[in-house]
Amino acid sequence: MTTTETHNMTSDINRITERSKARSKLITHGLLILFALIMLYPLVWLAVSSLKPSNIIFSDTSIIPRHFEWQNYTHGWAGVAAPFKVFFANSFVIAIIAVIGNVLSCSFVAYAFARLDFSFKKPLFALMMMTIMLPMHASLIPQYILFNWLGWVNTILPIVTPKFLAVEAFFVFLMIQFIRGIPRELDEAAAIDGAGPIRIFFSIILPLLTPALVTTAVFTFLWTYEDFLTPLIYLTSIENYTVPQGLRLLQASRGAGTWGAMLAMSLLSLVPMFIIFFIFQRKLIDGIATTGLKG
Amino acid sequence: MSKTQNISKKQNGVAFLFLSPWIVGFLVFTLGPMLGSLYLSFTDYDLFSAPTWAGLENYAKLGSDPRYLTSLKVTLNYVLFSVPLKLGFALFIALILNRGLRGLGFYRSVFYLPSLLGGSVAVALMWRQIFSYDGIINQFLWSWFGYDAPSWITNPDYALSTLVLLAAWQFGAPMVIFLAGLKQIPQDMYDAAAIDGARPVQQFFYVTVPLLTPIIFFNFVMQTIGAFQAFTPSYIISDGTGGPADSTLFYTLYLYEQAFTNFEMGYASAIAWVLVAIIGLATMVSFLSAKYWVHYGDEG
Repeated sequence: MTTTETHNMTSDINRITERSKARSKLITHGLLILFALIMLYPLVWLAVSSLKPSNIIFSDTSIIPRHFEWQNYTHGWAGVAAPFKVFFANSFVIAIIAVIGNVLSCSFVAYAFARLDFSFKKPLFALMMMTIMLPMHASLIPQYILFNWLGWVNTILPIVTPKFLAVEAFFVFLMIQFIRGIPRELDEAAAIDGAGPIRIFFSIILPLLTPALVTTAVFTFLWTYEDFLTPLIYLTSIENYTVPQGLRLLQASRGAGTWGAMLAMSLLSLVPMFIIFFIFQRKLIDGIATTGLKG
Repeated sequence: MSKTQNISKKQNGVAFLFLSPWIVGFLVFTLGPMLGSLYLSFTDYDLFSAPTWAGLENYAKLGSDPRYLTSLKVTLNYVLFSVPLKLGFALFIALILNRGLRGLGFYRSVFYLPSLLGGSVAVALMWRQIFSYDGIINQFLWSWFGYDAPSWITNPDYALSTLVLLAAWQFGAPMVIFLAGLKQIPQDMYDAAAIDGARPVQQFFYVTVPLLTPIIFFNFVMQTIGAFQAFTPSYIISDGTGGPADSTLFYTLYLYEQAFTNFEMGYASAIAWVLVAIIGLATMVSFLSAKYWVHYGDEG
């Protein structure tokens, strides 16, 4: 066998392995796409069914609705005891106040842990990290008793007040990690110019912390918006209900014609989350990847 | 005194000013209530009359409360099945995505989306419809296989499985963490293994798996803690009852019922503290086991 023949053979083998590699990649893509479709199918089903008349939602399995039944949306929006616009307004107000609370309080606390030197720093940090793992149920009942005693039940205060007190420690952790990445020379230069810790925080750290603040804001909004247990416990009259409670109300009312309305409002309730997901997907995924937030 | 000395000195005043939100929050919303619920767990308290001391009565009652024991069993089953299933999916898909495929960002987003939405009431309602007697799953089973399947939601044998599936559907968040971990594994490790003659399968078991164990451990602990506290899906799918026949009575649902429907605040506090103890124990056991299978850094 001459060298050229060997050379031809190896290049043939290379070509074959190249081709089989390409084929296996194609198969992987095909399987992944199939799997993605199965994963997303429930959501597609929800969207399609929300546009079908209630009596055929279950008998008609086609993916394309024969005609659009917008009535589901108008009925659902009108709600059972209060219109959904009230629930949406309540949910948004609570979520936005919660965002402001978490962004402010967590960034203050993170700055102290990341940059300032103080007594008992290590034990306090350990204590704060421990609260990340602590189940909320341990403090749920006395918190309720406290808020009940304060007369705050059936107001948004029990839901939003803790956010102004940095109770969600993983956001503090996220920001500490971020601040540690900001060069200390910036602080030191400002200190030489006579700036104290408070000025350094507001004029140097806070602006540079923006990416972590956005991540915190997005997760806080989503989690507060979809939270069910806390409003269920604290918001007792229908005009104060949030969207998840409004959906539960539709479920409990259970008229034969409400299937469509319930699915329509379920989908509508997911729309703000979809929008936030599409705008901030990179931030969300990076946030989870770097700190292991629960997502 | 020079500036540098100022910086190196403790800045207690200003530091505690910045820390004050957390300190107040920790005392008022975490430590105080935890001690409060520990005290209440030894009392009878209905929120309207003063608590009366009951000693260990509440804890003793747990052992003979059939619904409590059911909720414990249901929750343990849920944790035992949902966590490995979810992490298995997460790891499997992450490994496939990590092979330098094009469109990684797209797949990652698509698979992540369910875990972002999954905790919501809307998704739980959707899940209930999909697995109901005339839901889409049974439509398929009937029209493709002619199989007249039961109602998954209202059958005590299957209802919990639908909740396990709902949890598995949300494998995206741990998958993202696995992907980040896989990216951290340096290519030289694989190159070195290849030079030593390791085949892809061997590379997987001797390079990928050991180096990924800290991430597997982290995901395992966090998902376990989370699964013990699941509430919304069980509440929505069972219509707030934990039914059928208490087959989806999650621990937290029973806790909620005792505290906020029956106003048995003392008893509910005992239930809550046992949950803290269980989660603490599960976490501790995980950490103790870690030294046998989790590889950190160079000791590998």
